[in-house]
Amino acid sequence: MIRFVCFRLLQSLIALAILSVVVFVLARATGDPLHMILPMSATEEDYANARQYLGLDRPYVEQYLTFVGRAATGDFGNSIRARRPVSEILRERLPNSLRLALFAMTVSLAMAFPLGVLAAVKKGTGLDRAAQVISVLGQSLPSFWVAIILVEFVAGRWQWLPAGGNEGFTSYILPGFTLGWFVVAGLMRLLRSGMLEVLDSEYVKLARLKGVAESRVVWMHALKNALIPVVTFAGIYFSILVTTAIVVETVFAWPGLGRLAYEGISSRDFPVIQAVVLTTAAIVTVVNLAVDLLYAVIDPRIRYAR
Amino acid sequence: MASPVVDVQDLRTHIVTRWGTIKAVDGVSFSVAAGETLGLVGESGSGKSMTCLSLVRLVPRPAARIVGGRVLLDGEDLLAKSEDEMQQIRGRKVGMILQDPMSSLNPVFSVGMQLREPVAMYHHLRGRALTVRAAELLAAVRIPSPAARLRAFPHQLSGGMRQRVVGAMAIAAPPRLLIADEPTTSLDLTIQAQYLGLLKELQERHRLAMIFVTHDLGIVARICDRVAVMYGGRIVEIGPVRAIFKSPAHPYTRALLEAIPRLGARRERLTTIEGQPPDLAKLPAGCAFAPRCAHAVDRCRVEAPGDTMLGPGHATRCWLHVPA
Amino acid sequence: MAADPAGGTLTLPEAPTRPAAGARGRRLPLLPIGIIATFIVVAALAPLLSPASPYEQSLRHRFTPPAWEDGGAWAHPLGTDRLGRDMLARIMYGARVSLAAGVLTVLLASAFGAAVGLVAGYYGGRVDAVLMRMTDATMSFPVILLALILAVTVGPSFFNVVLAIAVILWARYARVIRGEVLTLMELDFIAQARIAGAGAGRIITRHLAPNTLNTLVVLVTLQIGYVIIVEASLSFLGAGIPPPTPAWGSMIAEGRDFVTSAWWVSLLPGLAILLVVLAFNLLGDWLRDTLDPKLRQL
Repeated sequence: MIRFVCFRLLQSLIALAILSVVVFVLARATGDPLHMILPMSATEEDYANARQYLGLDRPYVEQYLTFVGRAATGDFGNSIRARRPVSEILRERLPNSLRLALFAMTVSLAMAFPLGVLAAVKKGTGLDRAAQVISVLGQSLPSFWVAIILVEFVAGRWQWLPAGGNEGFTSYILPGFTLGWFVVAGLMRLLRSGMLEVLDSEYVKLARLKGVAESRVVWMHALKNALIPVVTFAGIYFSILVTTAIVVETVFAWPGLGRLAYEGISSRDFPVIQAVVLTTAAIVTVVNLAVDLLYAVIDPRIRYAR
Repeated sequence: MASPVVDVQDLRTHIVTRWGTIKAVDGVSFSVAAGETLGLVGESGSGKSMTCLSLVRLVPRPAARIVGGRVLLDGEDLLAKSEDEMQQIRGRKVGMILQDPMSSLNPVFSVGMQLREPVAMYHHLRGRALTVRAAELLAAVRIPSPAARLRAFPHQLSGGMRQRVVGAMAIAAPPRLLIADEPTTSLDLTIQAQYLGLLKELQERHRLAMIFVTHDLGIVARICDRVAVMYGGRIVEIGPVRAIFKSPAHPYTRALLEAIPRLGARRERLTTIEGQPPDLAKLPAGCAFAPRCAHAVDRCRVEAPGDTMLGPGHATRCWLHVPA
Repeated sequence: MAADPAGGTLTLPEAPTRPAAGARGRRLPLLPIGIIATFIVVAALAPLLSPASPYEQSLRHRFTPPAWEDGGAWAHPLGTDRLGRDMLARIMYGARVSLAAGVLTVLLASAFGAAVGLVAGYYGGRVDAVLMRMTDATMSFPVILLALILAVTVGPSFFNVVLAIAVILWARYARVIRGEVLTLMELDFIAQARIAGAGAGRIITRHLAPNTLNTLVVLVTLQIGYVIIVEASLSFLGAGIPPPTPAWGSMIAEGRDFVTSAWWVSLLPGLAILLVVLAFNLLGDWLRDTLDPKLRQL
């Protein structure tokens, strides 16, 4: 088991290293940021000075190594546009994103689990059909469209809930819902199909034959097995969440990482882009690692297979 | 004679599908006494497994339903019980072993956990006492190093060992009736013999009534006291193993026995039974075996035969044996 | 003889006239197919069918409501947008973008991904491990982030969108196809092909690939909807197809500030997206139930 963990950790680090190179290259490729910061009247000399000041005239390899070295200590340089340390900006924005993501994930899981399991147990009933409808709709609606409509009607016209901002808990509801909708739909469907398959299995039959209470059969014997495909997809869903966050944060003007990414890319702010992408990738990697470990915890066959 | 442990009377189970109603179990009656083994023999689709599932009321809902009959376990009709009551009876009074050891055990839980669960339920034990009891059960089914095995997971055990674990779970209570649904079909031949011996030993120790489902007449000869031959959801012949093997009455039984290849016999071809098993949704009026029977007469095709006693405990359903 | 399951659908092994359990979705899902066909026809023949040009501006007619509302007119059945352009025409032309993007992206991703999956599954060992690591790393990269970067780097364009999405999407196919191949490899016919002297290439193309076609078809259908949504999201953020080409996502973005007053500008393109994606998802579900039920987790 320890070997498994170490192995996965090493893989994650390698993946991150490769990613840092990719990020570095891509960020550089977005174009020359100086066009955006220097005024129109800037001269060649101004450009040269600025370049030197920002260290953009050094050879690429040197730039990369500096970047990596600093990144490891959390120093991502200064935002070209905001003229502040990027790490400072990150520290402001990251928690907001994390909180929103956590909220969305929690609500999604809390909704998807019971619905998915019950839909399978009560297959063919109204609940099941309703769950299937929700599931298909959830994966067919574009989140930004839902976001706009929600902002306009729920927040704007009817004033039931705020559209972002920081009015405490209620601020999280609309953006969190928009963010998590897709995940709920997907997870619910996964759980339902997983449970259906497991409830058909011989070992579930045997559990019933032993006289185990039906609720225990469903929520323990069956569910633990049905979780396996769910966990496998959890990692993917998380990165879909991250992807969707960019759009949702933009619509709800949520001061988080997604919006920062958008701003950074629009203004070709290298350090910001690098930092955001790297941070996002690091988070996704950590989550994937956790998911893999969770997978090994649930399914003992994985632990001993290596 | 002491009253039987289980007495099945005219059990009927139907399955409703969009292609018609399947009469999976069509008027099955038999009884098994303590310490006695009844073999349940027949081809695939003859209703053997469905009968067993009907006994414990675990037929696949919503399509399948038990529609008639009585199942008396120590005198009480199981078909009249509530689901809660049945849940108390399953495992405690009736134990069952399924066919495929690879899929019978839950892959994500340890053997110990799956064994402790029923023991805790039946005997209200916890902690140390529970673990000790579980290990004892493993020892009873002759699993080496039982205490260590408790921590193992199913995928780490061989097929034979898994089937023993399933056996341990089945006799954990111990129950009054043990139903074994082709438990050795997936095992190697050498392991088969050992397992059969184990089952017999367990039966003797706990005075279990046992129903043994199989398609292998050799096993029947080895461990069964009585045997019921099923065809088309019905029992066509039932009786002591000796009598059935020596003087089989029903044409189907005879055909089954003749189909067993014998060493030394001067025959070029293996005897088979012509035709296909019946479509249980469209059973013919009359005897279900008539379409394939070499000796069928007109009456067979029109009217379903009733039971005809041929000797002590030996009955068959065939017009050929009804005194005219 | 198989023991009957105590729950769920029932299969009686030897009954001759009974189709296997799970063939419940036999009837063709006409509605989804109809919707998709309609959109395809509309997209293909947009220049012929459209009542007006999607580019023609008319400041006099800006924000005309749809025909059935007050102030609407049948000249512009679905109203006009901020610049007076006909909504129906723009939606029709937008269909071209969305459908083309969806289909093209998915074709590219599936071709590449399936190839990777086949190779990984067939060779196994080191090759498999390396390829799967790459696949996993790719799969977890947020699509929109990459597309945004590309849009800013090379400039927004149709092909950049397709490329950006395909570059991440292939990983999903690789994973699934590899799983299929692993199952197939266990079967005897592969071993027999080897014994008969078939080389890797032949086995992969002749024996493995055709057997994964079912899975591929299901996955492709289910993914088109997802790609359409991603493309729309990108257009919404301004990183997709550049104006003035009408794209549903950018149309929604344009109408964003006027949702209360001129709701049709944002709502109608959104409905179009919903309809198309829903149709593909439903079709994909049906295909999966018919062709390959064990893919239920997709």
